[in-house]
Amino acid sequence: MVITRRTLLALLAALAAFGAQAQDRFITVASTTSTEQSGLFGYILPIFEKKTGIQVRVVALGTGQALDLARRGDADVAFVHARAAEEKFLAEGQGVRRFPVMFNDFVLIGPKGDPAKVAGGRDIVEALKKIQASQAPFVSRGDKSGTHMAELDLWKTAGIEIDKAKGAWYRDTGQGMGPALNTAASMNAYLLADRATWLAFKNRGDLAILVEGDKRLYNQYGVMLVNPDKHPTVKKDLGQAFIDWLVSPEGQKTIGDYRIGGEQLFFPNAGQAGV
Amino acid sequence: MTAGVDMRAPLSLLPLRLDQVVFEVGTRRIIDGVSLRLDPGARIVILGPNGAGKSVLLRLCHGLLAPTAGTIAWNAAEVAGGARRQAMVFQRPVLLRRSALGNVAYALKLAGVPREQRRERAVEALRKVGLEGQGRHSARVLSGGEQQRLALARVWALRPEVLFLDEPTASLDPGATHEIENVISALHAAGTTTVMVTHNLGQARRLGDDILFLHQGRLLERTPADRFFKHPSSSEAATFLEGELPW
Amino acid sequence: MNSVADAAGAAFGLIVVADPKLVGIVLLSLRVSVTAVLIGCVVGLPLGAAIAVNEFRGRRALIVILNSLMGLPSVVVGLVVYLLLSRAGPLGALGILFTPTAMVIAQSILITPTLAALSRQVVGDAWQEYREQLRSLGETRLGAAPTLLWDLRFSLVTIVLAGFGRAASEVGAVMIVGGNIDGVTRVMTTTIALETSKGDLPLALGLGFILLFIVLALNACAYVIKETAQRRYG
Repeated sequence: MVITRRTLLALLAALAAFGAQAQDRFITVASTTSTEQSGLFGYILPIFEKKTGIQVRVVALGTGQALDLARRGDADVAFVHARAAEEKFLAEGQGVRRFPVMFNDFVLIGPKGDPAKVAGGRDIVEALKKIQASQAPFVSRGDKSGTHMAELDLWKTAGIEIDKAKGAWYRDTGQGMGPALNTAASMNAYLLADRATWLAFKNRGDLAILVEGDKRLYNQYGVMLVNPDKHPTVKKDLGQAFIDWLVSPEGQKTIGDYRIGGEQLFFPNAGQAGV
Repeated sequence: MTAGVDMRAPLSLLPLRLDQVVFEVGTRRIIDGVSLRLDPGARIVILGPNGAGKSVLLRLCHGLLAPTAGTIAWNAAEVAGGARRQAMVFQRPVLLRRSALGNVAYALKLAGVPREQRRERAVEALRKVGLEGQGRHSARVLSGGEQQRLALARVWALRPEVLFLDEPTASLDPGATHEIENVISALHAAGTTTVMVTHNLGQARRLGDDILFLHQGRLLERTPADRFFKHPSSSEAATFLEGELPW
Repeated sequence: MNSVADAAGAAFGLIVVADPKLVGIVLLSLRVSVTAVLIGCVVGLPLGAAIAVNEFRGRRALIVILNSLMGLPSVVVGLVVYLLLSRAGPLGALGILFTPTAMVIAQSILITPTLAALSRQVVGDAWQEYREQLRSLGETRLGAAPTLLWDLRFSLVTIVLAGFGRAASEVGAVMIVGGNIDGVTRVMTTTIALETSKGDLPLALGLGFILLFIVLALNACAYVIKETAQRRYG
């Protein structure tokens, strides 16, 4: 009996010692579900880690949540896609400087049956008007993510006050891109998605891309170092090393090399002005 | 510790004095003004019909229940938190899920016996009750009679001055009952005062010098055993003896 | 029907090749949940036993609170622990957010009330039976708690398994405080949530099968040990 108790205590001590084991050279990146779930990070991070020995730990959230995480000092780098929100973040002094990294685009997904008759066109604003007019089911992220913010901007452009126009047809899911796609697939609804997540998504059901190619569907990603003056625990040098690599020719080429089924998901544009 | 009291020969626990003890549960009076004196060396048997308050009286004496009114006083007060110098054996012993030896050792630990002495004393106690072969067996898998003997071994190891027994053989067969009675007699012979509740009149004759007859919470008589069984002084006791089977 | 078959296939495929990534995830899950259960036991079982054998003011209220906390949503625990461990929070200086340690803390908090409430019940029932005998032998209430815990060890196995089940199956808390970081804090349940997000439902369900299988295997082992020991000790 005594032996059993002692064994138990020893076991306990051993397990408790498991804590956070060493790996000092790592950074925490607050990023978005699209970059994580599309598999981009799974492709580029091992290449970066092999080159620099810096482990990149990605916490994937919506853009709004990712920036909030950074605001609390819980991340070293923010890698998101909602320019207005990013600039607000910088204006608050939370970030050091924004670097454009790459872009892809949003696409309007909907059922192949297309009850609102939007397929084939390039004009996303027209399409949204038709969906609203026909009261066809539409799924919104509703989670302050970059995609959600882009969707809200497009409704505004279409002259529709979505808060008032909301009805049974408009479903606020408050979820990530994947769960929103799952919801849309099961109820044959329209929704706005980033192309990368769509390409990597497997449970498509009867959904397909109905509208794409509109300039207003452009989706720019930016990266920022969290301000070490505000958050002293930020790993300034390691974080900046990651940013420098992302915008370097090598990092840009690596991003451009990532493909699913032969299709390129993200288009590097670090050198481009005004994005 | 050295304030004049000789610790090696502490004051005897007995006599125990009960004065006008009352015990009530809600408005029901279970024990109704019992007074008695218990002297060292006695072999007391408490008899009485069901519901007379026999078990409650034992528990009051043993300190498991506190009286509603009246006083219960030992000659020497037991030290709070110290080793107990009295013990009790219940109708159904509660044995821990460990070996027979472990159960006795546990009681010795509570009595403050140093670890290195416990094993020897436990083995000795098991031998006294005829369980020397079962020391390593789990207490919970012993037979009913063996379990009660183990409970007595636990008591023996403690060498109490007073032992209370609450129908210790009520759920045992005659063979096991006989063995238990032998152990109780041996314990008494070794110097322990015994107070027992039983429904078995034969057992009362064999193990009782004095009979306390309890009826509806009141102590009706205290009579030497040989006289009690021939000429009880209360009519309730006479009726009781007629109703009970005589063994 | 078809997707269940696909899921079984996916699960089988992962097991057959002993996918190293999956093995890592499974081991991390076990490490986190087992550690949390041990901590929960060290705190919860004595707490439950102490409440069972002691009488004090506010005891009933405490029991009601403990019983209610068994239903505490894991997301709430996750959120509270996140706010504590965040750099901006009171324990931010520890720098353990998004580590397995943070997950252990969250799960320990999640299951300790369960372990305390259930052991309070079991020990309390036994205390009714043991009370007179132990008091007769001179046992104090303080000493009775560990004695009863040890005596009820076989019954407590079931309680500990219930705690483990709750820890291993929750996703809300570990998702928030762990961050589901690939290779660092990704466990079975967060992987399942992630694969569901990616629309890979067969893989997600397959992982669910593996989780179920692990919990089942652990329960079976514990059951056999318990039965064997119980037959020996009664």
